[in-house]
Formats: sequence, C-alpha cells, structure tokens
Amino acid sequence: MNGWKKAGRGSKVRLVASLEAQEAAVLRGLVAEVKQMLAGRTESHPADELAALTGMRTGPSTRPDDRVLARLLPDFTTEDADLAAGLRSLHEPVLIEAKDAAATLVLDTLPESGGRIELTPEQADSWLACLNDVRLALGTALDVNEDMPDELDPDDPRASHLGVYQWLTFVQDALVQSRMQVR
Amino acid sequence: MEGMTAPLPVPTRQVDPDVDESVSGDVPWQAIVWNDPVNLMSYVAYVLQKLFGYPEPKATALMLDVHHKGKAAVSAGDKDKIEGDVAKLHAAGLWATMQKAS
Repeated sequence: MNGWKKAGRGSKVRLVASLEAQEAAVLRGLVAEVKQMLAGRTESHPADELAALTGMRTGPSTRPDDRVLARLLPDFTTEDADLAAGLRSLHEPVLIEAKDAAATLVLDTLPESGGRIELTPEQADSWLACLNDVRLALGTALDVNEDMPDELDPDDPRASHLGVYQWLTFVQDALVQSRMQVR
Repeated sequence: MEGMTAPLPVPTRQVDPDVDESVSGDVPWQAIVWNDPVNLMSYVAYVLQKLFGYPEPKATALMLDVHHKGKAAVSAGDKDKIEGDVAKLHAAGLWATMQKAS
C-alpha cells in the first residue's frame, strides 16, 4: 500500500489503492473482529416482546463492560445518568447497524487476496468510519496514548500490534487527504 | 454616528418579561467533542466539515481546540438537534457528548 490516488473526474471520480495479500488479510481480520464484537453486543440484548409488537428496537441502557466496546459505543452525556441510559437504549441499535454496514462495505470492496481497491467518495466515507473503528478498537486494547513512543521495546507484547495500528493510521490518514481533494 | 439624521435601530437588550416559562425552559444544548489519543486530527477536521457543512478553516479551528484544550463545543441547538448531532458524531467514531449550554 503506497497511499490513495484520485482517478477519474466528476461522477466517475474514484479513490484507488492497492493492498498486498498480507495487508488485505490483516485488515479483513480486524474488520471481521469488530463486526463480531458489535454482533455480540446486539445478541446480549435480544429484542423483547414490546419490540416485536411495536417494531421499535431498543438497546441496552447500560454502558458495555468491555472497554473496547465502551469506546465504540460511548455515552451520550456525562451529566445525567438517566438521560444517558435512555439515549443509549434509543440510539445504540442504530449506531451498531451503521458501524456494521460500514464494516460490511469494507469487506465487500476489499479483495480477499489483496489487489486494487476502487472507491466512490461515499464508499470512501464508509472506509474512513470503519478504519477509525478498527483503530479505536486496537488503540484502546493497546492503551495507545499521546506520549507513546513510535516503537515499543521489542520485548513488549504489544510491539507487533502497534506496528499494525500505525499502518492503519497511515492508511486512514492517506484516505482522508485524498477524500478531501474530492468535493 | 454624527451627521446621520435617521435614527438607527438599536438592538434591544431587554428580555421580554412575558416569556412563557415552559418555552424559556428550552435551554439550548451543545454537542461536545473530546480529545482522544486515537482519532486523527485530519479525520476530525474532515468529519466536522462533512457532518455540519463547516468551511475548512472553521472545522480546523474546532479540531485544534479539541486537540489543545481537550474539548470543544462543535454545534448548538435544541435537545433533539444535538441528540442527532451526537449520534452522527458517534457513528463517525468521535468521542462526543451533549450538555446544556452554560
């Protein structure tokens, strides 16, 4: 992957990149993992009778215990616990659906064995959201912080994962830059 | 102002005393974006342009506020609007909350 390039113009404009087979496998694996975590959250709160009757799904009212999920699905407010619970219950199913749709789009547009990726600007926006979710998940799990060195001690069990995280940062940042060239 | 003959409309600072309490209780809300170590500066600025239609300099200034001050109010309005804004910010992966404007 050497970054993203703009190809075509007008309604035919595409953002194009090429991924090595191994890069594609790593990214697909991480995206699938995020999808699975979100699905697990949905399964933990099955639709109840009222939802079946009204067709209105509500989600859980409590924050996920898992800190990665908690970062992907934040509270709406810190000031009022009842309001936060109500808004979570109301919005979380839709939020999970949006994140899952973005992840599905990435899997659909990313060839399993790598190769050329061509995205419309709208598809690029889904990629950006999904890459961000994957980085949030990985960054939370790795305890990424602003004072973190670019390279960890090779003995640190997080060292190789940090390399993947930094690669994803490059892929996302390059896609933002290309996406901003297209209006 | 000297030399102008017609009086200019003066903005009134007086609050209408007859405001219905239930309406004045409609305090505006704000969507707050918080700094976090994962979200890229470029991406945050892009999301603010895309979601709110802000021109690039405004989006960048807000992003820098988030980065340097730890948070910034990125939109204001009634509760429903801000609830929707926070939902969109969450979908984009930004760390956002809503609060009553102080």
